[in-house]
Amino acid sequence: MDTLRYSSIAARSPKFWMLLIGLALIAVVGVLSAHHMEVEGHVITGMNNQIVWGLPHVFAIFLIVAASGALNVASIASVFGRAEYKPLARLSALLAVALLAGGLAVLVLDLGRPDRLIVAMTQYNFKSIFAWNIILYTGFFAIVGVYIWSMMDHSMQKYSKKAGLFVFIWRLILTTGTGSIFGFLVARSVYDTAMLAPMFIIMSFAFGLAFYVLVLLASYTWTQRPLGDFVLNKLRNLLGVFIASILYFVAVYHVTNLYATEHHAVEKFLLVDGGIYTTLFWVGQVLIGGLIPLALIYMPQTKNCRKTLMAACAMVIVGGFAQVYIIVVGGQAFPLELFPGMEVSSAFFDGEVSQYCPSIWEILLGIAGIAISLLLVTVGVAVLEFLPDSLSDKIVEAKK
Amino acid sequence: MNNVVNKAYKLLRKSEQVTDEQKTDQSKRSFIGGLVGASGLAVAPGVMLYQIASAKPADQAVTNKVRWGMLVNVNQCTEDCDACVTACNDEHGLWPEEGSSTDSQWIRKLTVKDPSTQNTKSFPVMCQHCEHPPCVDVCPTGASFKREDGIVLVNMHTCIGCRYCMMACPYKARSFVHEVLEDQLPSTPRGKGCVDSCNMCVHKVDAGDNTTACAQACEKDGHQAIVFGDLNDPQSEISKRLKDFGGTQIRADLGLNTGVRYQGL
Repeated sequence: MDTLRYSSIAARSPKFWMLLIGLALIAVVGVLSAHHMEVEGHVITGMNNQIVWGLPHVFAIFLIVAASGALNVASIASVFGRAEYKPLARLSALLAVALLAGGLAVLVLDLGRPDRLIVAMTQYNFKSIFAWNIILYTGFFAIVGVYIWSMMDHSMQKYSKKAGLFVFIWRLILTTGTGSIFGFLVARSVYDTAMLAPMFIIMSFAFGLAFYVLVLLASYTWTQRPLGDFVLNKLRNLLGVFIASILYFVAVYHVTNLYATEHHAVEKFLLVDGGIYTTLFWVGQVLIGGLIPLALIYMPQTKNCRKTLMAACAMVIVGGFAQVYIIVVGGQAFPLELFPGMEVSSAFFDGEVSQYCPSIWEILLGIAGIAISLLLVTVGVAVLEFLPDSLSDKIVEAKK
Repeated sequence: MNNVVNKAYKLLRKSEQVTDEQKTDQSKRSFIGGLVGASGLAVAPGVMLYQIASAKPADQAVTNKVRWGMLVNVNQCTEDCDACVTACNDEHGLWPEEGSSTDSQWIRKLTVKDPSTQNTKSFPVMCQHCEHPPCVDVCPTGASFKREDGIVLVNMHTCIGCRYCMMACPYKARSFVHEVLEDQLPSTPRGKGCVDSCNMCVHKVDAGDNTTACAQACEKDGHQAIVFGDLNDPQSEISKRLKDFGGTQIRADLGLNTGVRYQGL
């Protein structure tokens, strides 16, 4: 077992089938929910003409952002030449594709006219960052596919480094594009900042890595393959740096906003009296998604502890979800300022904080996105050689 | 005596003859009148068709020689009047339920109060038909588009219902159709799952009516707070008013050059 070998999951245990069927059922329920939404119209959802993007978009954007970050591990190996990450690269690329597919599925199924997807694929307004994202997302599938091929096919391995570099650049542009979906909305106070694009990149690093570590731990535990502490501690430290970076970006975002008087109202809303959004920020994003996982990662007592690493990853995902919720829904809940400094009211809810309560259909559709992602990973590792037989310290350290 | 009777008889006959002549004249007149009326009825549709043809033949593209716009005089708009809103709902078959957060509203009355002076103003806000519309910029399929004459519309055949335009619009002017529509009007095509907004009564504009439902209703109610017209024509009422009294744009800082301007804001 001293050499690195990859293999698919040979054992088709009942546990494996239960996982597969369970994920497929969740995905089917989500698709049926989307169908119900399409037949009845979005009136059955919690979304309205004030909160036009709701929970499905939170799930979709979270998964798309995480997809880009999940590729980080592969990039570190291919682009930055860190050989100890190379055994982890295949799963990293598979997870990236799977997360993107799950996110896009939710996004597409929430469209008012999902039957017109072909229109979105054939008619482009190149001034729209959304249209560019459609190209970036579909391109991502293609080039990550080539990247996986270059890693798996011995004759193609000479292209692996170049493919890795190309994918790395592509995904940076992709996440910049996703952040810019919001960053370009100059009229909305929460979004009007160039900070969003780079912040989305650093968010992707953390969310994607958290997903990656959880999938890695689950795969190796369930298939009883050796997984050493060396790999996990590398990833643990990396996750710590990414969590701290998010906190830094969030701090800069709010401090720069607080400097400008015109943004005081929106900052007060987000940080002090925004109700659910304020709670999500301090408890969800900062505490659960930032400070506690940082403590779990860097406390000397938790070194080599897998349970705390898993807890830290889960918290990063929960905190990240809260962060995306604040950006997507909170950003719309704060009233549009048509007349800054004035008190505005109308029969169309002008000047009011918009209300949003997600419906069960949206929740089911969103969860289906995660299920689709995990289903693809499960099928992927079962049929193709994504996972090394062993990631023991001996094997990974030998790659250094 | 006989002479007197004869004279009287002749006079009576004469008067009767006069009355008959008058009757003949009247019937002639009514005949001619009817003829003219009938001719008028026969010719009128042609004249109307000619008017339509002179407005914009259906096979002729819209040009940028005109830029349609509206001027809202806030000082002439009263807080208790919502004639423009009702007219818009009737013209386009919107009829939103009161308090509904999902029904389409193309025009709404805004009440704006200055907290430092307590000065309150009430006026309508609708799609501002920007020269550089953010909704058009962000639409991935190009379904949101601006006509050459400045009217911003949604192509109901290519809108995929992503609602990005609603996120981008600084004026909250767009609505998403949340449920199946019934009793739609042929002049205003709309559909579940698509986004719609004020279309500046494009069907009326193309028919050469040179007005919108809201402007008509406002005029009918005697406020005359909304003037519709060609911003490119210096002789148009709207251009003259803008030149004489000025006009402001909502969120002018965004540099969108709106087609809807306000006086007295």
